[in-house]
Amino acid sequence: MVAQAAPPTGERKELDRVVIRFAGDSGDGMQLTGERFTSASALFGNDLATMPDYPAEIRAPAGTLAGVSAFQLHFSDHNILTAGDQPSVLVAMNPAALKANLKDLTQGGLLIVNSDAFEERNLDKAGYATNPLEDGSLSGYQVYEIPMTKLTGEAVKETGVNKKEAERSKNMLALGVVSWMYSRPLEPTIGWLEKKFAKKPAIAQANIAALKAGHAFGETAELSAFEVKPATLAPGRYRRITGNQAMAFGLIAAAVQAKLPLFLGSYPITPASDILHELSRHKNFGVRTVQAEDEIAAISMAIGASFSGHLGVTTTSGPGLDLKSEALGLALSMELPLLVVDIQRGGPSTGLPTKTEQSDLLHAMYGRHGEAPLPIVAAWTPSSCFWAPIEAARLAIKYMTPVIILSDGYLANGAEPWRIPSVSKLPDIQVRFASQPNAGDDFWPFLRDDESLARPWAIPGTPGLQHRVGGLEKADGTGNISYDPDNHELMTLLRQAKIKAIEEDIDPLEFDSDEGATVLVLGWGSTYGAIGAAVRKLRVRGKKIARAHLKHLNPMPKNTGEVLARFDKVVIPEMNMGQLSKLIRADFLIDVIPINKMKGLPFRAGDLEEELIKHL
Amino acid sequence: MTLNANPGDQRGITEASNVGTLTRDDFVSDQEVRWCPGCGDYAILAAVQSAMPSLGVPPEKMVWVSGIGCSSRFPYYMNTYGIHGIHGRAPAIATGVATARPDLQVWVVTGDGDGLSIGGNHFIHALRRNVNLKILLFNNQIYGLTKGQYSPTSEKGKVTKSTPFGSLEHPFNPVALALGAEATFVARTLDVERKHLPQIIQRAAEHRGSAFIEIYQNCNIFNDGAFVALTGKEGRSQNRIYLEHGKPIRFGAGNEKGVRMTSEGRAEVVDVAEVGEGDLLVHDEHRDDPSLAFALSRIASGPSEPTPIGVFRDVQRPVYGDGMEQQLRVAAEQQGPGDLSRLLGSGDTWSVD
Repeated sequence: MVAQAAPPTGERKELDRVVIRFAGDSGDGMQLTGERFTSASALFGNDLATMPDYPAEIRAPAGTLAGVSAFQLHFSDHNILTAGDQPSVLVAMNPAALKANLKDLTQGGLLIVNSDAFEERNLDKAGYATNPLEDGSLSGYQVYEIPMTKLTGEAVKETGVNKKEAERSKNMLALGVVSWMYSRPLEPTIGWLEKKFAKKPAIAQANIAALKAGHAFGETAELSAFEVKPATLAPGRYRRITGNQAMAFGLIAAAVQAKLPLFLGSYPITPASDILHELSRHKNFGVRTVQAEDEIAAISMAIGASFSGHLGVTTTSGPGLDLKSEALGLALSMELPLLVVDIQRGGPSTGLPTKTEQSDLLHAMYGRHGEAPLPIVAAWTPSSCFWAPIEAARLAIKYMTPVIILSDGYLANGAEPWRIPSVSKLPDIQVRFASQPNAGDDFWPFLRDDESLARPWAIPGTPGLQHRVGGLEKADGTGNISYDPDNHELMTLLRQAKIKAIEEDIDPLEFDSDEGATVLVLGWGSTYGAIGAAVRKLRVRGKKIARAHLKHLNPMPKNTGEVLARFDKVVIPEMNMGQLSKLIRADFLIDVIPINKMKGLPFRAGDLEEELIKHL
Repeated sequence: MTLNANPGDQRGITEASNVGTLTRDDFVSDQEVRWCPGCGDYAILAAVQSAMPSLGVPPEKMVWVSGIGCSSRFPYYMNTYGIHGIHGRAPAIATGVATARPDLQVWVVTGDGDGLSIGGNHFIHALRRNVNLKILLFNNQIYGLTKGQYSPTSEKGKVTKSTPFGSLEHPFNPVALALGAEATFVARTLDVERKHLPQIIQRAAEHRGSAFIEIYQNCNIFNDGAFVALTGKEGRSQNRIYLEHGKPIRFGAGNEKGVRMTSEGRAEVVDVAEVGEGDLLVHDEHRDDPSLAFALSRIASGPSEPTPIGVFRDVQRPVYGDGMEQQLRVAAEQQGPGDLSRLLGSGDTWSVD
């Protein structure tokens, strides 16, 4: 627990929530600035949700629209569900950042700009014919022009850093300014800077000096001052967590709960690489991570590890899932437990690597040749990425099957407060390795459990249970190669029945309905927050509506059809062309109403509200 | 809470078989062998099975991994653990097995199409990492299971179903490729070498790290006689250059030929009578620098002329899985064994009452 800063003196206007966006060049450190502001807000006790938005290029040409990187934070004194539709505050570090983001700023919103960057060259690069700070085009906003570069240069003079390093500290000056305006404590950021630059004290001092200078500027210049009180959250210990971090923690937790060593085969890919990074740090848990030569090798290694008795995992995004398809079929045919984590991004092909999309639901369902069913679970908030791998591992091990876990770029990089769960309350995952022959003196690798239809997991090193498995069709029971027509049909049906029966073993679909509501909004994945916020707005307007959110996409909970049948209309918002809509239509013969968005960005609650009201 | 490095330990699996009394039968599965009559694979299978008992590893501690192709049916015939994988991916699957379970002996069986065409990437990276696995590449210079297309080791000009006007492609030299991929153990033998083949298998098994053996294997259906220059009555003595560590390289019916290094670093075949034995190249498997082994790999442009047989290179380099185990140990010592509560509560936290 970090001590809170004493509230600054003077009158502060109380707000219930703020959406702030930091925007600058990709080299300006906007992601870091946003994260520090988020961290301070979390420690202050606000509820929050974040959305980083950055280009695929690491350093696109400075000052251009292509190189603009942004980070949006929504923080509040009450429970919130999304990173906010439109920022009410925009911090723009240069003309390009202003141009790319101004259209989102609410009318009358607060605009904080680094006026030093508004010189001819930058204006040209951003395509401004005239300087927007001078031509009156910003009259609809409250504009604070702050000479950030100059102020930073003066603030860091004493620390002895060179001009380039001084320039790089200006993001901390901006952070200092908004920290004063929104009454955020500086101490967590100072502590963080001291730790991060422990080996470069001059740089640490320069950043701290810039941060403090920004704070002092805010106070001296008497900028507007606001206060957003801490939110009322359920009692407990909290931390801030991103989806990818939660996913990594969940994978470790799943292995611990199953008492299996964790093995990750992975190839770097945006936006999944952070899971590889995080897992690679925790070798003291016995986590083995291999950065494979390609996506196919990554899943193949995980299959080898699973065959050998580890919890095999591979992490990827859409293009990687394409490449893994054949190996995924092998794992399915071998009936081995395996977790495939897909952090979806805009497609097809390379698509939009840093943008979000619910691109792969049908790919996960059907992206393999042959009849190849497997369970799919989907996270719905950043912190639920902790739940997903634990549930997936439970199913994978119990039913001897690969499981696909769907997350997406919005969840992966988004952050929220997370009430740290008690380890004692995590589910136990039972692993029973085969230890003796199961057919007289013989061992039959495909002699199934009567109830779960799972085959036994016999791992190398176990005497007498040597067996060979592969992708060729196997005879029911013995597992020997079989080209028998009847056997192939039987095995196809068994593989399907095994997965279908999982519907008995998962939580039913919950729904939340107003009395007399006739319209159900059904969602899956990261639309959870936006749907929730839109439904909340509609209820405030006195509308009756119901909502439900699928966490298991295959099989769906057993009561899904019954829930859907309660309503006259089922509306499905998705960040794709209607993939869940197709599944629901096919499985339940309901003519659902899709609402689709393919912009690489999450739904805005306000837009969704307006779409939904058309159907009420 | 700690996790066992080896899940086998959880159930107290130990060396249950008495490895001293192992016989060939312990390694023979009950599956009917289904290669074409006369296929070179039979001889390789027999030689491998006969070599197994002397390795001192019980069958339950062995995993044979393969891809797709005629050679890749091999694991079904071994009474060990086995994975018949997908096309080309055997070295990657085997990397997962070997890295997860350092207590196992892991073998890969692949072919020239499986290992060098569709799976070329995994082949070179397994060798580069020096994963503790042994790769047997059955090179018959043809695609058999798909019925006779040219392969990446087929000679240029090869007429096959997919190259009716002759192949335009220059072939791989698998030994040279393996050396270029930083392999620490590289050898070549022939399917018909009933004594030499088991010896090379034994050498590969004893090697710590990745071992690569190219086995010239006759496909009597689609490429019969591809190695006749080395297996025919006359050719055997004239064209097989046996490599023996520490000995001058000599061959020929009367040992009348030899190999020497030219001044520009190329290995060439010479008449011993002309140059004298003192000028011959003395084979050194353990030389750290791979250029000697590489020069030897280039003596023959294909198996139609004098060709070295035996161990080209056998050197020590840290093994991938050993390094992995070491990192796990050090992490557990320095940070303490993994504690889930501590992990979840790491970083900045705050309490709400």
